[in-house]
Amino acid sequence: MIALEKVSFTYRSGQRALQDIDLNIDGGDFIAIMGENGAGKTTLAKHLNGLLRPSEGRVLVDGEDTRKVSVARLSRKVGLVFQNPDHLLFSETVKDEVAFGLKNFGFTPEVVDKQVTRTLEALGLSEYSETSPFLLSGGERKRVALAAILATEPDYLILDEPTIGQDYRQKERLRNFILQLYSQGKAVVMITHDVEFVAESNPKVILLSQGRIVARGQADSVLSKDELVKKASLVRPQMSRLFSELTKYGLPGDVVDVHRARLLLEEKLSEVKVRVP
Amino acid sequence: MSLRTLEGFKFSTLKTPVHLLDPRTKFLIVIAVVVPALLFANIYVMIALLLSQVPLLVLGRVARRWALSLRAGVFLSALIFVVNLFTGSYLSAIALTLRFLVLLTSFSLFFMTTSPDDLGLALDRIGAVRWLSRKWLGYPNALSFTFTTAVRLVPTLAVDAQTVVDAQRSRGLELDKGNLLKRVRNYIPILIPLLLIAIRRSLELAEALESRGFPGKEGRTSLFQLRLRPVDYAIIAFSLVVIVASFWIFFHYKIPVL
Repeated sequence: MIALEKVSFTYRSGQRALQDIDLNIDGGDFIAIMGENGAGKTTLAKHLNGLLRPSEGRVLVDGEDTRKVSVARLSRKVGLVFQNPDHLLFSETVKDEVAFGLKNFGFTPEVVDKQVTRTLEALGLSEYSETSPFLLSGGERKRVALAAILATEPDYLILDEPTIGQDYRQKERLRNFILQLYSQGKAVVMITHDVEFVAESNPKVILLSQGRIVARGQADSVLSKDELVKKASLVRPQMSRLFSELTKYGLPGDVVDVHRARLLLEEKLSEVKVRVP
Repeated sequence: MSLRTLEGFKFSTLKTPVHLLDPRTKFLIVIAVVVPALLFANIYVMIALLLSQVPLLVLGRVARRWALSLRAGVFLSALIFVVNLFTGSYLSAIALTLRFLVLLTSFSLFFMTTSPDDLGLALDRIGAVRWLSRKWLGYPNALSFTFTTAVRLVPTLAVDAQTVVDAQRSRGLELDKGNLLKRVRNYIPILIPLLLIAIRRSLELAEALESRGFPGKEGRTSLFQLRLRPVDYAIIAFSLVVIVASFWIFFHYKIPVL
């Protein structure tokens, strides 16, 4: 478990980025951290593997205080995938890129090879294994960056804006992948602005605004509340907007995903059929 | 180490008497420090030059950031000291290390108190720069623009560098692990992404500039005009005296190390 206890963080410039954050991340959790630009989302993510250490309060990763353990050691458990793949890609081939983390953690060459092949396959990158990462498109580079972290099989996976620059098919793939990970008992935390993606996956949502948690709860209960969503400079998912227009017909207002919407509408339509033969 | 050093070259938006000086004046101060520092390898001269900048650092309210950059420069100073120990006496090694600190301080002071915009304006006003720019690049203000952009890029690149370091540390990279050779090699995963980011950014910048009609026509005007105030004239006069005097002394006397 990663436990954040009353975490506050102030940058050296004096800018207060996080204030009194209490949060537990457990195996099997799927959490989306959402909020306006500059709300402190990335700062929060950097606290999870010790890149940043809290000015006040503490962060415990499986009971270890991040102040006392090296980032390298924490990174074996906590995989942090940065938003921009250009900040980490440097190897000659995609294969080497994915192997880099594994080698740093001291795995044997056989294990490294096996993990690299498996991860590349899982992310649909096998055909690029001998290609230079710099020749790939933006979306593909992003997947290589993800593969580079996933290969080390972290217990906690932190994704910073993973859906940016991905087409619909890739997003679906990512969704399935995340589902697979947290049903295997790993924790997945994603930082995102992608309201529709969150609405369809229904994770726990932590809403950040100006360094504070302003709301937390299941996606359908948080994202269907107009005042909360506005506070975080987001827009409600389309399905939620549609259903709040439909409450006068006795439909619930907290619907955010297509699946549930469909079930409710089918039910409503079948009633209509009965009344008008 | 490198990141902390960059911190000492970042412009701070303050309105102190030093910030308000004309950029040309401040550049002349730099020359007035650099010229004697390079002409004389004398310990007393170096200490005097170093001390002479302290009032400006304090007045410009950048003394603390300067100290930070100095602390980060310790490694390089040590390197300079050791290398010079092998090639000369320990006195000259001290003098040359001090010379490095003097140069570091004067440039750091200049960049911390001069906004890149002012700097660009100042360069654009210098006839020689415009002439060279026209000759090499085909447009009178291309050279000053290039310079401003380069300076502008430093803080942006510093932010990128920090992110790259963070990203690679998250992949288990430990920069200060291993022997000297390993430590140098540890920087490869930092330098390659950084270099590529810089190249990519400059290509994008070039396209953005062209799509906005850069460099425009001859006789471009500017919104802000630089004006020299009486203080500027006084400092310029003083700096010129120092420069000329330095050369005069250099050609007439031999200055020992101590």
